[in-house]
Order: sequence, then C-alpha cells, then structure tokens
Amino acid sequence: MKTRLVPVLMASAIAMSSTAWASTTVTIGTVNNGDMVRMQKLSAEFEKTHPDIRLDWVVLEENVLRQRLTTDIATEGGQFDLMTIGLYETGLWGARGWLTPMENLPASYDVDDIFPSVRDGLSVDGTLYGLPFYAESSMTYYRKDLFEAAGLSMSEQPSWDQIREFAKTLNRPEQEQYGICLRGKAGWGENMALVTTLANAFGARWFDEAWHPEFTGPEWTRAITFYTDLLGQYGPPGASSNGFNENLALFNSGKCALWVDATVAGAFVTDPSQSEVADAVGFALAPKEVTAKGAGWLWSWALAIPSSSDAKDAARAFAVWATSKEYSELVAERYGIAAIPPGTRLSTYRNEAYMNAAPFAAVTLTSLERADPNDPTLKPVPYTGIQLVSIPEFQSIATQVGKLVSGALSGSLSVPQALKSAQAVSEREMKRARYIK
Amino acid sequence: MLTLKQTRRLRTLLLGTLAWLVALALFFPILWMILTSFKTELAAFASPPELWFRPTLENYLHIDERSDYFHYAWNSVVVSFGSTLFGMLLAVPAAYSMAFFETRRTKGTLLWMLSTKMLPPVGVLVPIYLLFKQFGLLDTKTGLVIIYTLINLPIMVWMVYTYFKEIPRDILEAARLDGATAAQEICRVLLPIAKGGLASTVLLSLILSWNEAFWSLNLTSSSAAPLTALVASYSSPEGLFWAKLSAVSTLACAPILVFGWLSQKQLVRGLSFGAVK
Repeated sequence: MKTRLVPVLMASAIAMSSTAWASTTVTIGTVNNGDMVRMQKLSAEFEKTHPDIRLDWVVLEENVLRQRLTTDIATEGGQFDLMTIGLYETGLWGARGWLTPMENLPASYDVDDIFPSVRDGLSVDGTLYGLPFYAESSMTYYRKDLFEAAGLSMSEQPSWDQIREFAKTLNRPEQEQYGICLRGKAGWGENMALVTTLANAFGARWFDEAWHPEFTGPEWTRAITFYTDLLGQYGPPGASSNGFNENLALFNSGKCALWVDATVAGAFVTDPSQSEVADAVGFALAPKEVTAKGAGWLWSWALAIPSSSDAKDAARAFAVWATSKEYSELVAERYGIAAIPPGTRLSTYRNEAYMNAAPFAAVTLTSLERADPNDPTLKPVPYTGIQLVSIPEFQSIATQVGKLVSGALSGSLSVPQALKSAQAVSEREMKRARYIK
Repeated sequence: MLTLKQTRRLRTLLLGTLAWLVALALFFPILWMILTSFKTELAAFASPPELWFRPTLENYLHIDERSDYFHYAWNSVVVSFGSTLFGMLLAVPAAYSMAFFETRRTKGTLLWMLSTKMLPPVGVLVPIYLLFKQFGLLDTKTGLVIIYTLINLPIMVWMVYTYFKEIPRDILEAARLDGATAAQEICRVLLPIAKGGLASTVLLSLILSWNEAFWSLNLTSSSAAPLTALVASYSSPEGLFWAKLSAVSTLACAPILVFGWLSQKQLVRGLSFGAVK
C-alpha cells in the first residue's frame, strides 16, 4: 500500500484534462426544486431543435446560488449566461444595469399573457429584466377530514382569529396532531416571508413614509404576540426550526391540521406519492385580520441574463423557450397537466383541464390576482413588495429581524425585547444607508 | 475481592466497550446518512425516525438520471490528488529547511503560515475571484488545484516539519559525510525514515481537499465542479430532499471513506510517529 501511493499521486497529477466546448455554450445557474429539475430534463428537447447551443447546468442551494451570482455579476465574472433569480433581485439588479433587458420578445411569446403583478415585479421602469419561470403567492391549507369530523367550516378567506380557533379545536398533541404549522426558521425568505404577511394583515408595515422602522408600534407588537402565542400553543414542538420543507413534511404526514404557506406546495400536498393526506386537503386564501391587503405574498423565480454574458442571444432563446406556452404544453404532455409551472401565465388558468386537474389552482389564481406589491398593507408605505421591501438593505435587516422573531418564538427572548432589538437593528442599518438621519 | 488478573480483564473490557461506544457515536451520523439514502422522502422526514423500513434505490436512480456522477468524481480525484502532490512538493523542502537549518525567524514564519488559516475565506473571496477571472482560472481544475494547494500548505508544512524534527540530525550528518547532496539527503534519507508521517500528511491533505466546499462552490460552475458541488445541488428551497441529499452524500463520501479505510495503517502510524522515543 505504502509504495503504491506515489504512483497514484503521480498519475492523478498528470490527469488534468480540458473541457469540451460546443459552438455556443449557455451556462445556467439555478436552484433545485421540482419545476427546475423538470426544466433540466426537458431541456434536451431544446437542444434537439437548437443543435448549435449546448446547455451547462449549475444547480446550487438557494443561498449559495444567491451569493455565487452576486459575486459573479458584481465582478463581471461572466461565469453564467442565464440565471434563476427571484423577484427581489431582478428589480435591484436590473436597476443597476447588471441584467440584460428582455426586449423584442417574439409575438408568439405573448408577454401580455404573463400575470400583470409578476410582470411588474420583474420590471424596472417598464422594462422587463427576467422571464418568469414560476410564481407563487401564499394560501391556507387545511385538513377537510378533520374539519368535517369537528363540525368546522372554512371560509374563502379566514381571519387569523378564526385560524386560532380552528387550531385550538384541532390541536391534539397526544396524537401527534398539531393545530397549526407555520414557518419559524430564521431567514428573510423563511420566517420573515410568513411573518411579514401576517403583520401586513394586522396593519403593520416595515417603514413609515419617511423610512422610519415601526417595530415598536402597536401593530407589530400585536402581530408578533399573536404569532408566538398561536404557534407556541398549537404548533408542533421545535417550531422555531421549521421552514417550508419541515412543515411540508409534517403536513404531508398528517401532523398539521392547518398550514399557511406558499401556493406552490399545492402540488406537493395533493401528490399521493409524497403525501399521506393527498385526498383530504382543502384550500383557502391566506388569512386576513384588520385588512386583507398583503395577506398573501408574491414571489417568482425568473430567468435573467447577466450583462457580462457572452452568449446573450443563445441564453435569450432558451429563456424564451423555457417560459413559453409551448414549454407548458410539453410539461403537460410528459408529466401531466397539473405539473405545469404555476403562477406565471393567465392562459394556464383559463385552461379547464388544468383547473380540473389541480384542485389548488382556483385559490392560487385568486391569490395571485389579489397580490399587489404596490399596496401591501393598510397604511401607505414608501416601498414596493409584500413580504419583502425592494431595497438592497432589506436582506441584511430582515435576516437579523428573522433571528429575533425566531428567538421570541423559541422563548429565548420576550416579544417586547425582540421587537425593541429589531427596531434598533433596522434603525442602525437605515441610518447607515442614509435613508434616515 | 478481584484478583489482579481479573481487575486487568475488567479494565480491558470496560475500555474496549468505551472505545466501541465512542467509535459508534462517531460513525453514527455516517450510518444514519447511509440508512436515509435508502428511504423514501416521506420516510426520511418521519418523526419519530424509522429504524425499520422498506429500502428503496429510487434516490440513487434519480441521481443517476439527473447527474453525471463520474464527471464530478473525476474532478474531485484530479483536484485533491493534484493539490496534494503540489503541496508535498512545496512542503517537504520548506519543512526540511525549517527543521534542519533553523534561523531566528523560523518559528515566526511557521506561526505566520498558520495564521493565514485563521482568516475567514469569504474575506478574500472577491480578490481571489477577480484574480481567477484575470488569469482565466474560473471553473478550471488547475485553478482549484492552486487554491487547494495554498489552503493546505500551512498544515502540510507544519506536519512535515514536526515529523522531520523527530529525526536525529546525526543521520543527516552521516549522509553528508558520505557526500550526499541536499536532494539526496531528502530523497534517500529523510523520506524513507519519515514515510509514515508523510503518508498521514498526504492522507490529511487528500481528505481536506476532497471535502472542501467553500472555494469549489464559488470558483467552479460546471466543467471543474467536484463532488461537493454535486452534493450542494441536491438541497432544495421548496420540496423534500433529505433522502436524495443523503444518497448523493453517500456517493460523495464513499471513495474517500474507502481510501481512508485502506490506508488506516499508514494514517495511524503517521499520527503516532514520534509519540514514543
């Protein structure tokens, strides 16, 4: 063994090989989820009709991808020709000139068929910077069988107070059945997405018209007290470490009577191959309270071309194909009509076959139609965004606030302590960024 | 009252049991990862965790269908062996000079080398990224070999230096009296004596390079991406992924685990080198 090590080392050093190269290679940076995996599989069809274009896929975890893309785009590294970015980044990066405008799209693409709220969210001053691959709002999932057995009925859009009563009635921890599952894991895209929509419904806002944070105001205090009490009393143990995936697993294994989360989960909870309660799931709009404004969020994953790409035309050709009606038809043909990427095209929701095959589609449609990032809560705000604030500083502020809210949920901080710290953190960041003095 | 023999036997038994318990505790995460890789996504998330379940190969089939495992594995082999080789080529002469021709600044130099490991890698991400872009090293195996060599060099120099310090100077002086040059001293005298220590340095460097994730995720995209990048690609923001992630992690760990298992004799010998004079 000992004498064999040296030749092995020598051989490995010599074995540096160069990479293959096709006429135009499009490197695509994307996240790993069901819709993206299907896109990757179906992309062979695109390569068949475009033999001069080769697609290279770089699939990364969401936060890693975000860091990777930010580094590459800010240094003009040119490593990516096409990338999957969210609604939040598209506006910010488009405004900085980091993205290529999606102009002169073919008439067959039918850009007017894209949901107006999604199209607006991906545009800066009327210029589109990303083509939406799928979009989502949030909604209420509930167990119809448990509701029926308890004699409860769900309205089209319940209030958070009603949700609490339902959760209280259906909470049976001794049977490992919890009244409600909600996001508790810290993160601007995890607990803060849900918490911000809940706060919107309670009339709270991130900033007043002069960009002063409002965490110590009565609305936030009421909202966070409600959230921690609700989840603390009727939620599963260790709720402060549960994000989307953990709650999905709990709901699918029949341990949650109610769950408020992304509309995209509709396809997972009704899929018998991964859900034990597939036939018993009911859908309602995300809960309101003092207002219905901003009760359901708006998010989209879009395909965007960085300015540093040297294969812009090929990248655009693929982005157009992957977000087209033609692609939706291909998905329907191969994986069934319910697998069409949701939330982007109005025509999908005009398709009777889709509406019949996807029991969650009607609520998804209403949620997306009602989601208005320009009017996210009761009082006027200086920003756009429902579960986010479209300023570069938001990610950092919301990450810190998310930790504090998660701390309040786990009991390591009191609600007033958490909100006081959230106020201090956001004031400091906003002063540093010169929004306020 | 226990006899001396019985006391010894009891002590051996207790120590043996303790060693097994520690070994099992250390191995448990790997065992759990392997078990999870044979579960369905729903079973992987089950609470309480399922110890008895019907195993499935669907996660491995999914990986085979979606990813070119051997492309990533080959990249891992090339960059970890390549960086280890270059690292040793630099570390051995450096450690030789520091161990046998010590100056006033040797200790300071060694500490300074080690201090570079204390800097959070993200702190130098942008400068390194720009340099790589400038020299066309982004997404190349050569680029990763360079960065891994630089990352592991301080530890390699320190380890080799420690092993060399254990070797009596008289042996080298005897070789010099026989007319050996510096290269001959290293190759014919030092290396054979310190081969156990050198083997463990090589193994440690290989393992560190194989498992390195920060730089491989940030400096590669597709051509040069190693197994760590493949593992990262199976984490999902929306959708269950634990079973698939466990399967791909098992596949990523397997080669280095087997390699470490086969080389454990050298590793133990190297790590205990000089422990008893």
